[in-house]
Amino acid sequence: MTQLIVERCGPGTTLQDGGRFGWQRFGLGPAGAMDRTAMARANLLVGNAPETGAIEFALAGGRFRVEGGSVRVALAGAAADLKIDGRPIPPLWSGTADEGAKIDIGAARDGLFMYLAIAGGLDVPADLGAVATHMRAGIGGIAGRNLRSGDRLPCRSTNPAGSDQELGPAHSLGATDGPVRVMLGPQDDYFSAAGLATFLGEPYTVSPQADRMGFRLTGPKIEHGPKGYNIVSDGIATGSIQVPGMGEPLILLADRQTTGGYPKIATVITADLGRLAQMRPGTTLRFKAVTRAEAVAVLAAERAELEAFRAHLRPQSGTIGLTSERLLSLNLIDGWTNGRS
Amino acid sequence: MAAPPEPATNPSTFLTSKVQPIRFLDAGDSAVVVEFGDGIDAAINARVLALDARLQSATLAGVVETVPTYRSLMVQVDPFAFDRAGFEAWVIAVLPALADATIAAKRWRVPVVYGGAFGIDLDDVAARHSLTPAQVIERHAAAVYRVYMIGFMPGFTYLGGLDPTIATPRRLDPRTKTPAGSVSIGGIQALVAGQEMPSGWHLLGRTPAITFMARRNPPVLFAPGDEITFEPIGADKWPALEAAARAGEPIAEVVRA
Repeated sequence: MTQLIVERCGPGTTLQDGGRFGWQRFGLGPAGAMDRTAMARANLLVGNAPETGAIEFALAGGRFRVEGGSVRVALAGAAADLKIDGRPIPPLWSGTADEGAKIDIGAARDGLFMYLAIAGGLDVPADLGAVATHMRAGIGGIAGRNLRSGDRLPCRSTNPAGSDQELGPAHSLGATDGPVRVMLGPQDDYFSAAGLATFLGEPYTVSPQADRMGFRLTGPKIEHGPKGYNIVSDGIATGSIQVPGMGEPLILLADRQTTGGYPKIATVITADLGRLAQMRPGTTLRFKAVTRAEAVAVLAAERAELEAFRAHLRPQSGTIGLTSERLLSLNLIDGWTNGRS
Repeated sequence: MAAPPEPATNPSTFLTSKVQPIRFLDAGDSAVVVEFGDGIDAAINARVLALDARLQSATLAGVVETVPTYRSLMVQVDPFAFDRAGFEAWVIAVLPALADATIAAKRWRVPVVYGGAFGIDLDDVAARHSLTPAQVIERHAAAVYRVYMIGFMPGFTYLGGLDPTIATPRRLDPRTKTPAGSVSIGGIQALVAGQEMPSGWHLLGRTPAITFMARRNPPVLFAPGDEITFEPIGADKWPALEAAARAGEPIAEVVRA
């Protein structure tokens, strides 16, 4: 059995997948990858289904040793180096590591979250139906916690079949900047007209208080209406934007609580959650309101892009041959963007 | 990001609310909220739980899961399969039946060690209401509570039915750490805490029962709509019960299925 042995990794390294649904009524939020598009790309590069469990890194990378067989891996998300025994694997390529090899993931050069997908996936038992680690709840992954040096991650596939893949030049990852799109509500009626105008018109900056639970933003104070800034707790969705009494928004993300007592002015659309998750503290963004139909259309376009990504994968030609033109066509890196409009 | 200091809202503002016309609210493209009111109210919560039960037994396209809360039901959806207009029509059609629906619920008996190191605010709460600690225990343990909502974090069980004579506004200085299993009150609400957390509620006691345990079968004890009673037990019983709970025993007992 092939295993990945963690030699070292940062504290924000966890196993994640598409998330765990069905338990929110008991207070357990879904968790799952912060940037699901990036995780899907890494998985597609090694021939997996898009939401197969993968290793999520936050800022810091890590080093793994391969034991018991060989393993095919790919990295996507924030810009970071992937090396197998010191050999660089270009962005949007997969690479195969033989028994005894060291897999090195560098620190993020830009963005926040990287995903290392393993061909065939990891043989880690699901917790309540998913591998996704929810650290605050102590559920999923390895004993509900982040990965540590010495952890052994068994792989489902002992030796990967087929050949390593690369993304063909015909595929562009597309524009990834622009405002963060939201649907207003469910409590937009707790804000004054001026407060709504501030929220949709002014820039906000990601604060250092940003993690898998949520991102606190700083910026102009959003004025509440006459109903105040307390509500009787109701459900929170991934992407819910709470505005507590101090008037600055808090976007709740993968490891969010399931209910809360502050009014939620808007909800980030599903298609923009991954892009938002890659915004480092200090990044300035603007919000733009869209309708449900628009949000669903954007999500459909994103799914179509992933299908096209899959369709443009091809066996590696044997030479790296990355030109600056090619790098530009990939937006330099996979998945990273900023939120400036 | 630090965990928010409060598990729920200040209830004192919401005591006068009534059942209102329902509203359908967007919570992004992947969730819709059916709102029955904006207050903490048994009649509102009963409608939430009745709609939840209907949705659990129906098979509506695109519905992933439901999240009942005090006064609304959040429905998590697959945005590609979910028909929002059809959903609204379905809810409006079943609405008349919700008011009279009875909720099929279990009743639980939950052991609690009150006071001392297990309930550090018991004496203070008693003094505020000019009661003895024993009287507070008696009133807290005499009530039959309804699980209005399980939320915030796993197993946090929010209860309606607190004796109003011991209702106590929340502390001005929330504690940064309160233990798992804490049995507390805040305003007119009562709570069984699923895990260690910051809290501004008054800690009356602690139960050895573990409300959420991923690797136990079943992982959860209480469900929204269940009834709960508390049974005072001596501190001498704590070590054995706590060990049994950690080994996977439910400890809390179903007295009516």
